[in-house]
Amino acid sequence: MTFNGWLQIAVFLLLILAVTKPLGAFIIRVFNREKTFLDPVLRPIEKLIYRTTGVDEEHEMAWTEYAVAMLLFSVVSMLLLYLVQRVQGFLPFNPQKLGAVTPSDLAFNTAASFTTNTNWQAYSGESTMSYFTQMAGLAYHNFVSAATGIALAIAFIRGIARRQMETIGNFWVDLVRCCLWVLLPFCVVGSLVLVSQGVVQNLRPYDKVTIVEPQQVPHLGTDGKPTLGTDGKPVMDTVTEQTIAQGPVASQEFIKEWGTNGGGFFNANSSHPFENPTPLSNLIEMFCIFAIGSALTYALGHMTGSPRHGWAIWGAMAALFLVGVTVAYWAEARGNPQMHGVDQHVSTVQPGGNMEGKEVRFGIANSALFATVTTDASCGAINGWHDSFTPLGGMVPMVNIMLSEVIFGGVGSGMYGMLVFVVLTVFIAGLMVGRTPEYLGKKIEAYEVKMAMLFALVFPLIVLLLAAVSSVKGFGTSSIANPGPHGLSEILYAFTSAAGNNGSAFGGLNANTPWYNTAIGFACLGGRFLMKIPMLAIAGSLAKKKFVPPSVGTFPVTTPLFSVLLIGVILILGALTFFPALSLGPILEHLLMNAGQAF
Amino acid sequence: MKRNIITAILMTIVTTILLGLVYPLVVTALAQVLFPHKANGQLISQDGKLIGSRIIAQPFTGAGYFHPRASAAGNGYDAANSGGTNMGPTNRKLINRIKQDVTAAQSENPGKPVPVDYITTSASGLDPDITPANAEFQLPRVARERNISEDQLRQLVLQHTEGRQLGLLGEPRVNVLELNLDLDSKFPLQKRASR
Repeated sequence: MTFNGWLQIAVFLLLILAVTKPLGAFIIRVFNREKTFLDPVLRPIEKLIYRTTGVDEEHEMAWTEYAVAMLLFSVVSMLLLYLVQRVQGFLPFNPQKLGAVTPSDLAFNTAASFTTNTNWQAYSGESTMSYFTQMAGLAYHNFVSAATGIALAIAFIRGIARRQMETIGNFWVDLVRCCLWVLLPFCVVGSLVLVSQGVVQNLRPYDKVTIVEPQQVPHLGTDGKPTLGTDGKPVMDTVTEQTIAQGPVASQEFIKEWGTNGGGFFNANSSHPFENPTPLSNLIEMFCIFAIGSALTYALGHMTGSPRHGWAIWGAMAALFLVGVTVAYWAEARGNPQMHGVDQHVSTVQPGGNMEGKEVRFGIANSALFATVTTDASCGAINGWHDSFTPLGGMVPMVNIMLSEVIFGGVGSGMYGMLVFVVLTVFIAGLMVGRTPEYLGKKIEAYEVKMAMLFALVFPLIVLLLAAVSSVKGFGTSSIANPGPHGLSEILYAFTSAAGNNGSAFGGLNANTPWYNTAIGFACLGGRFLMKIPMLAIAGSLAKKKFVPPSVGTFPVTTPLFSVLLIGVILILGALTFFPALSLGPILEHLLMNAGQAF
Repeated sequence: MKRNIITAILMTIVTTILLGLVYPLVVTALAQVLFPHKANGQLISQDGKLIGSRIIAQPFTGAGYFHPRASAAGNGYDAANSGGTNMGPTNRKLINRIKQDVTAAQSENPGKPVPVDYITTSASGLDPDITPANAEFQLPRVARERNISEDQLRQLVLQHTEGRQLGLLGEPRVNVLELNLDLDSKFPLQKRASR
């Protein structure tokens, strides 16, 4: 670990701190339907959308109607994505003449994963998806799945803020205003900034270039193995060309991070030089992943009339973030003790550490930081392969997702996930002093706590059940790429990532099989919608309640003590649920790696 | 309910047109006007034909060239098939591969520990850069092959060493393709017969 490495991490966190207030204030204005400087351009478009889609912008919805509208929109847009993939061969913007996405379980998996903001990818972008599918199918869902998450977080905040009301907003209005104000303008400017760094943005066919030094490579047969000649030596091919995949990448790249989606245009995601060409583009991408999630803490504080509560939550998030990045950075900088004769020491001429599956321009600090950020939030973009991280370095992203991605969190989903933990924290604090728990003037009663527990239990249930089945059945274990405890980590990570709607992977696992495509697809859907409904139910129930003025028995939610208790609840709930599985996977592997064991 | 179903269908269509088509096409047009070279992948042409992208690694195996990092993209450096090995830290295949490559590297450059990025595969399989340590490790071989002094070559490598961006971000690095192209123009490879 180096001073420069820590400085880069500190600069990153300071940028997030700096954006929280201005962006949060902007988000509040957008959802309160107040004037913003973008109105002259966007207001006419907004009105046009309402007119063509039949939305009454003055109509307010109860939580049930809000949930139904959200579900209907998700179903319709998911079906469209499935359809687009299956007929992309007949659609425009397909210079590589890519055919339909097959098999159908892969197309289902992709549709489910992008609709739920997961962006799990069992396919390789550049060889599977046409430019049309990437733009109108995948990048489109990057917008609307993010907007859906943010809308729901705002609806939850309204539920806390409102008193004795039946309604929590209008889903369609929240969706449209989020897309037009919070996402689109930033994406137009941001993607051009990324292009200035070297992220490509074009519609040209893949370029064929003549490489400088022609290469002799073994000829591979249809089975992927080198073909042997009659003399028993491998047959060699002379390679003189390289095909370079292109595409409208920047426009997808920015929303991929700004909306914490994470689905790469290319298979290598943000490690690909065309997606993330420079250290500055890397900083911008990490910044985008946290920006909205962080701003929502400010929005929470101000919309509920308790700004310091927002900052108390921000503090808890920042503390958990720092713990994660410290462990990951330490583990990766330490390197792999089994690489003998290899110089893994940091110096002025190399970052050292575990460089398998990492890029030189990012080195150790930025790879560890990116892995922490992308899993604190529900992003899932990667700039290095988590599967090749050291056991503890790879455990950090996994644990981040297991804690429900509430550390700044996915856009929207991080906020409402955190609010469920807040409800539980207030409840536990209430039990400790023997008073009815209150939260910002609302009594927290049996109904809210039941719904919060349902929310908290759905996630581990999906993860552990499916991971357990996969790790004992042949159709699960046959996909493992790395044997030993690491194999269990691969399976555990896959379902954690899917149910947590993250989308990053221990990529060695061959997930493009009927079992994994289907199981992971359903894990994505369950992790998204089964958790959203109890969350909206809490919001609806809170909105109806009377305001109770704080008394001496009220546990204040604006103090560092509250932040510490909140962290405690998050860690205890996460640890109790997942520690046994983790001890058989990454923790065991760490001990065995140090003991010189390989598998 | 019925009204919300109709809205859901219409909303999907309208937003797909706006966010899925208008937005990316407008950004493409702007990018092509503002940053045409970058937006098209920083392709390098020589004698009228394209020979590569500045930021995409291509294979070099000859002793007279600097070698990029190992690649697991397709059959190696396949820029239409990016990816890494995804080998875990306790995978015997990885440990054995490293062991073999270390032995080979040390026979070329005895006594020196091998820089870690020299024997590990990159994440994208297309990493255009190597560390300055890696360049220094390869330097004696290239100098020997090109009949130039190590100091002469070190100067050239230094010219192609890029520091941290804005003095702070990322890690120092050497772009392999640019360095090799510059080598070919300044110190062309001699006929093999002399060796």
